[in-house]
Amino acid sequence: MEEINALFHGFSVALTPFNLMLMVIGIVLGVLIGVLPGLGGANGIAILLPLTFTMPPTSAVIMLSCIYWGALFGGAITSILFNIPGEPWSVATTFDGYPMAQQGKAGEALTTAFTSSFIGAFFAVVMITFLAPLVAKFALQFGPPEFFSVFFLTFCSFIGMGKEPPFKIVAAMMLGFALAAVGIDTVTGQLRLIFGWHELMRGFDFLIAVIGLFGIGEILLSMEEGLSFQGRTAKINMRIVIETWKKLPKFWLTSLRSCIIGCWMGITPGGATPASFMSYGVAKRMSPDGTKFGTGMPEGIVAPETAAHAAGTAALLPMLSLGIPGSPTAAVLLGGLLIWGLQPGPLLFVEQKDFVWGLIASMYLGNIVGLIIVLTCVPLFAAILRIPFSIVAPVIIVICAIGAFTVNNAMLDIWFMLLFGVMGYAFKKLSYPLAPLVLALVLGDQAEDAFRQSMLISQGDVRVFFSNGLVGSIMALGLLMLFWPLIGKLKAALRNSGA
Amino acid sequence: MEDKQVSGEVVPSGISVRAAEIAVAIFLLTLGGLVMYDSVRLGFRWVGDGPQAGYFPFYIALFICVSSLGVLGQVFFGKGRGEHKVFVEWAQLKLVLSVLIPATVYVFGIQMIGIYVASVAYIAFFMVWLGKYPWFKSVLLGIAVSIATFMMFEIWFKVPLFKGAFNPLSFIGY
Repeated sequence: MEEINALFHGFSVALTPFNLMLMVIGIVLGVLIGVLPGLGGANGIAILLPLTFTMPPTSAVIMLSCIYWGALFGGAITSILFNIPGEPWSVATTFDGYPMAQQGKAGEALTTAFTSSFIGAFFAVVMITFLAPLVAKFALQFGPPEFFSVFFLTFCSFIGMGKEPPFKIVAAMMLGFALAAVGIDTVTGQLRLIFGWHELMRGFDFLIAVIGLFGIGEILLSMEEGLSFQGRTAKINMRIVIETWKKLPKFWLTSLRSCIIGCWMGITPGGATPASFMSYGVAKRMSPDGTKFGTGMPEGIVAPETAAHAAGTAALLPMLSLGIPGSPTAAVLLGGLLIWGLQPGPLLFVEQKDFVWGLIASMYLGNIVGLIIVLTCVPLFAAILRIPFSIVAPVIIVICAIGAFTVNNAMLDIWFMLLFGVMGYAFKKLSYPLAPLVLALVLGDQAEDAFRQSMLISQGDVRVFFSNGLVGSIMALGLLMLFWPLIGKLKAALRNSGA
Repeated sequence: MEDKQVSGEVVPSGISVRAAEIAVAIFLLTLGGLVMYDSVRLGFRWVGDGPQAGYFPFYIALFICVSSLGVLGQVFFGKGRGEHKVFVEWAQLKLVLSVLIPATVYVFGIQMIGIYVASVAYIAFFMVWLGKYPWFKSVLLGIAVSIATFMMFEIWFKVPLFKGAFNPLSFIGY
């Protein structure tokens, strides 16, 4: 019951006219970001981060997280109307969403998508409300070895659960670690990997990497595809909404399953994109209409959208309670927290109650506000997509450049942004995953510190990572995750040889 | 997208996936090598009180090298080594470069004449060159975007943006 009280306290923090206004602004900006190519949740928030420095942290994080919800909603609009996923996690939504729009059922498809997103997010927020304080309380007893084991688990699950070739996941992740190591070593104070170039002393800021990899990279990719958008028009009115809502309850099982997949993939940093694919795949296999998937089945929208939103939201749980983000966007929010002087992690729940519960309450409110806004404003957002690319592209590049500059007020960062852009383009085309790169860049220093502090405690004995049940089982789980694909293969091989 | 008539046999010409894979793997290998070199300089050994400053980066670099060698191995000896897939067609590459090269010039422009002026020029150029819009409209939109960012950053949020080595806007006092 303690959580309920705290939550209501949170509502009293979040429900001020100023914060409500920020929520609406955040959602609208977020949907815009989600709709436009080249701007997404992660880099959109990265660019807008400097603008929130003067706001009180609670208001700032409310606005930024609402941008995130908005971006999650926005991805569905482009997928369904234009067959262009605005965000990677809405790729699976195109499979059934676009055929529905082609059959003239765009309104129904959009309503299904938005409602499913809402349900997924709501499920995840309820879970965060009750689980996050417990995790945080539990994590208060963590020492450096425990923290390192959680980092270890995070990175191992990327390798084990990733769909990309394992070599490429490892390469991308290690590149992130290497970039994180550039600059002053926090333990010895030595300068690392700067090769005499003193401007590198600051190290690589992951916000720059995010803006370049996701922003510029995406623009280059969209450019390649020609870009004459041919979209379907959508009408949404109350009648369509009500009629669609009447049909949705029969998909409750798919919905529940997708919520659980989403939450699981969000907490272990699989992220929203694999969650949406996995959920689509599972729904296809389990549904009686499975064979008709891909021809415009509403169930084929429910599954990926619910899971993507649940994962996107659940990614904030480890970010808040452990200080370990579950997705690039959560990582950017974490960066914001640090800049506002808040140390994410278990102590946040003790020391910054207003902030944490205000944020959690704003997740409930933000998603309700979001649902209303997207249901009412679809034609408006679809119109934005019709602005020619030759106007949108340079404006987005200008916005990215400004965003990159404002992070550290450094001109050099704009050059790095460009470099990361080219890298993002090549990496994406060759299926090197970008999410582990970004997370490794964010967490690299912390993971290394945790490791070295553990080593100082144990005087160089690696067995410290298996010294008690807790840290041992997290490490074991990490190893299990790491070798999961191999275990699967081994099982298949055994079965074949037995048969 | 315009409907391209690409039949099964005719492979569109361009940079092959194989070449791109090799290039990226070699790039990573070089980076890994550099990191390793500096780690050795810093000391990558395990001393009495734990790892030295270069310990972590050294093994990271090792992983980078091993995994990029792994990628190279798959390119040369893997299952799909015979297939010829296109990484990017020449026509596509031209489009990509038509964004990338002006963007590079734009960043150089920022360095010289600052974000505001460079942005006007860049947006106008892009619209005229790729969008075939009239000069007048394009410059006007560029100026509008610059003024909007100026208001937002310099005036409302008090975040100064880069004015360049030769600040052409110094006359307005910013």
